[in-house]
Amino acid sequence: MRPPATDTGEPLFSIREARLHYRVGGALSALRGRSSVVKAVDGVSFAIARGESIGLLGESGCGKTSMGRLLLKLEKPTGGEILFDGEDVSRLKGKALRRYRARTQLIFQNPFDAVNPRFTIRAILAEPLENAGVPRAGHEARIVDALELVRLPQPAQYLDRYPHQLSGGQLQRVVMARALILQPEFVVADEPVSMLDVSVRAGVLNVFRDVRDRLGLTAIYISHDLALVRYVCERTIVMYLGKVMEDGPTEDIVHEPLHPYSKALVAAVPVPNPHQSHDPLPIGRGAPDPRNPPSGCVFRDRCPHAFDRCASEVPALRDAGTRQVACHLF
Amino acid sequence: MRDGAFTTRRPGLVARLFGTLRLPLNDPFAVCGLLIYGIFLVTAVFADQIAPYDPTEILYTPEYDLAADLLPGEEGHLLGTTSLGRDIFSQIVYGTRSALLIGITAAFMVALIGSVVGLVSGYFGGWVDAVLMRLADIAFGIPFLPFVIVLAAFLEPSIWNVVLAMALVLWRDTGRVIRSQVLTLRSRGYVDAARVSGSSDLKIILRHIAPNILPLSFLYGSIAIGWAILTEASISFLGFGDPQSISWGYMLQDAFASQALAKQAYYWFVPPGICIILVVSAGFFITRGYENLLFPKLGK
Amino acid sequence: MTETFLSVRDLKVSYRVGRGSLDAVDGVSFDVPRGSIVGLVGESGCGKTTVARALTRVMADNAFISGGRMLFDGRDLAALSERDMNALRWREIAFIPQSAMNSLDPVYTVEYQLNEVLRLRGGLGRAQARKRCEELFEMVGIEVGRLRDYPHQFSGGMRQRVAIALALALNPKLVIADEPVTALDVIVQRQILDQLRDLQRQLGISVILVTHDISVVAYICDRTVVMYAGHVAEQGTMEATLTQPSHPYSMGLRNAFPDLQGAASGVLTPIEGAPPSLADPPPGCRFAPRCPFSIEVCASVTPPQVEVEPGHFAACHRAGEAPALRERARHVSTWMAEA
Repeated sequence: MRPPATDTGEPLFSIREARLHYRVGGALSALRGRSSVVKAVDGVSFAIARGESIGLLGESGCGKTSMGRLLLKLEKPTGGEILFDGEDVSRLKGKALRRYRARTQLIFQNPFDAVNPRFTIRAILAEPLENAGVPRAGHEARIVDALELVRLPQPAQYLDRYPHQLSGGQLQRVVMARALILQPEFVVADEPVSMLDVSVRAGVLNVFRDVRDRLGLTAIYISHDLALVRYVCERTIVMYLGKVMEDGPTEDIVHEPLHPYSKALVAAVPVPNPHQSHDPLPIGRGAPDPRNPPSGCVFRDRCPHAFDRCASEVPALRDAGTRQVACHLF
Repeated sequence: MRDGAFTTRRPGLVARLFGTLRLPLNDPFAVCGLLIYGIFLVTAVFADQIAPYDPTEILYTPEYDLAADLLPGEEGHLLGTTSLGRDIFSQIVYGTRSALLIGITAAFMVALIGSVVGLVSGYFGGWVDAVLMRLADIAFGIPFLPFVIVLAAFLEPSIWNVVLAMALVLWRDTGRVIRSQVLTLRSRGYVDAARVSGSSDLKIILRHIAPNILPLSFLYGSIAIGWAILTEASISFLGFGDPQSISWGYMLQDAFASQALAKQAYYWFVPPGICIILVVSAGFFITRGYENLLFPKLGK
Repeated sequence: MTETFLSVRDLKVSYRVGRGSLDAVDGVSFDVPRGSIVGLVGESGCGKTTVARALTRVMADNAFISGGRMLFDGRDLAALSERDMNALRWREIAFIPQSAMNSLDPVYTVEYQLNEVLRLRGGLGRAQARKRCEELFEMVGIEVGRLRDYPHQFSGGMRQRVAIALALALNPKLVIADEPVTALDVIVQRQILDQLRDLQRQLGISVILVTHDISVVAYICDRTVVMYAGHVAEQGTMEATLTQPSHPYSMGLRNAFPDLQGAASGVLTPIEGAPPSLADPPPGCRFAPRCPFSIEVCASVTPPQVEVEPGHFAACHRAGEAPALRERARHVSTWMAEA
């Protein structure tokens, strides 16, 4: 059903030891030696094959959104490199940058924040076309096509409306249409349904899946809910405090999570089923503090299996069957 | 179906510009302020036609006496004459011209410089932001009125000193406020979206950020009008003004120096005072209208 | 256990809008048995939060109760004077807000704020209040040492625990929780729900849990009240409403969620369209415009509450055919045809 991925066999993205560190606290606290560094993304490596869909899974503050922003060059990495089609993304400039912009896109969590409230739907969808140099005469047809692609019924009636006149589900489709209008190869979707009402979520998810399959898109789906990731992605990367904990086929992680953190995430996924386990989660309380991560394995303070080695040595991402795990138990 | 269905009804340029400026037309105070501005503006434009005499001309009565200290109505002088025999009404009319000229140019400078600084500083951040904001800190440290006086002492006495001083100093408030507004706007999703879809920084600033701060720069602009007129009046009253051009502040200074108060010549110093109050408060009425528009919750 | 202690009857809450008014909640009836957790489920704008607010009588300025009764332990909350109502708040009816950050004052320590409630509202002495503070923190699982911390020093989940402690301070009989876990990540969400259920069992209180998430209901509630556009669409025991949904809206919702326990290949069924405007609700059944099973009568006659099995009600003209409709509702094509 999906068109075959483009020949070369080379991945679309190769991420090598990507880092995004922020300095928090101003120059004054730096003078007093109090400045701290938040490692939003800390040495993440993976490759994205053409046509692949990867779920980035983790709690807030795990670096999944920052990772997505790095891939789209919305942030500059403070270390490591991100190669897109063999080219270093952070070096892209001018024409090459414009080409890259046309090939990569973003779908947002909150559709109402993602569009300028002063513009009509037509103007919102025309912006990428203008930037790509599509002649004005061709805009109308392209816009209507894009809206039909995301299954917005009778798209013509929306063109002159303003965002606040649309429902959340309709607007999220407009945001998707804007992302797809230049026929990109790669899309990052950052929790695209978490702000939507439950009854329209399924519609948006289905459109996302269908369009991805039809256009043969490569996609990153960012979420904290494994059930949603499973619905759209065949591969999942579990992140915690800026590091990759586990990386492998989604079904394997759902049925047999290896990393203790993945186990907790799987157990915590809410299910609409009256008969379910009420056992306490296999994870300590509290929340990850990105300013002050523990030594060694960043997960060890909440891990039920932590032992001496976890405090002294950072576990490397190692092969374990079909996937990779960063844990001293494997 | 695609052809006929979309007859765009895009509003005209003027309508869109006014839409962006968002004149506070539903606030009675603001409308009142705009009306006062309108009247003064007409007076300033048609000063030559309205004023019966040259404001600096020394007048004589038909008996060739100096037409000094005439009371309102005497010899056809609507508001009387000064001790040097100049027509007060004509001075008021011409004073409108310099007041508005100063007020509007100063407001324009303050709003323009402040907006550009705020936009650049807030959008690009980093060292540009650091440098501009330290400059703003220095501007905050400058006492305004003494600065104008020193400037007037160094340069030729001229009404433009006030404009220059305001441009050099008063952009600081506008710049700071607009910068913080830009900081919040910059983190909005649609700015990211514009970047991802390939819009240049300039396009993002002009298209997605500037329209949102325009009402704010107008707010600061309308505050600056009042400030500029008041400052010019103070400078002239203190005797640092331009003796060649007639302004309301100069009239007050003239009246003060000629002991108009002792002579109970109210007709001399009350009208320019009222004019200053009217124009300055009109500016604040409009400001208030913009505030209600920008921060609707404050009004309640 | 089955003794009813809160009984809402024909509750109607209206908002003044401009010159007119709209009914955000229109004729809602449900019961809360003593010692149970009742889930009030629905989408934004369905009136669930308005019901919760009406029960505390802390409502938006332009909202008012325009009809119905809310019998709480024999008293009608709708008819109570403001003074009597105020005496009930916190002592008998407590509220847990969605965002604890907004309900905690950032300039005071958590202990100070707990103390204020205990001493001013509960009339406790200084020593008693301190003891109770420590007790409450132990109850909700926060180290007692953190009492002196300020709200911003707590993480989102911890803050929600503080909000629970605050609500439980004066041993209320009824706790109303408005989307208490919505803003939280799955792991913290689960831990807070565990805490809430443990405390509810331990203290024997009743809880009304307002949520948009059926999974939360499935995890913790005893009964479900499904709301749609200001009406109750379906209500019954949690198990019955989830396994045998009898209103097309609940059927749709049930299949609109990806289920980690189910097979991977299933396709979710979206409910096309959007809820109606309450300013101008459609006549008849309010779900009819989006319902794939609507028949002629649905567009004109408001459906009555039909008892499909003892204690399980659905407001649907075709509730009698529920098992057959349920089967059809599983297929995406059923819902797509409507679009």
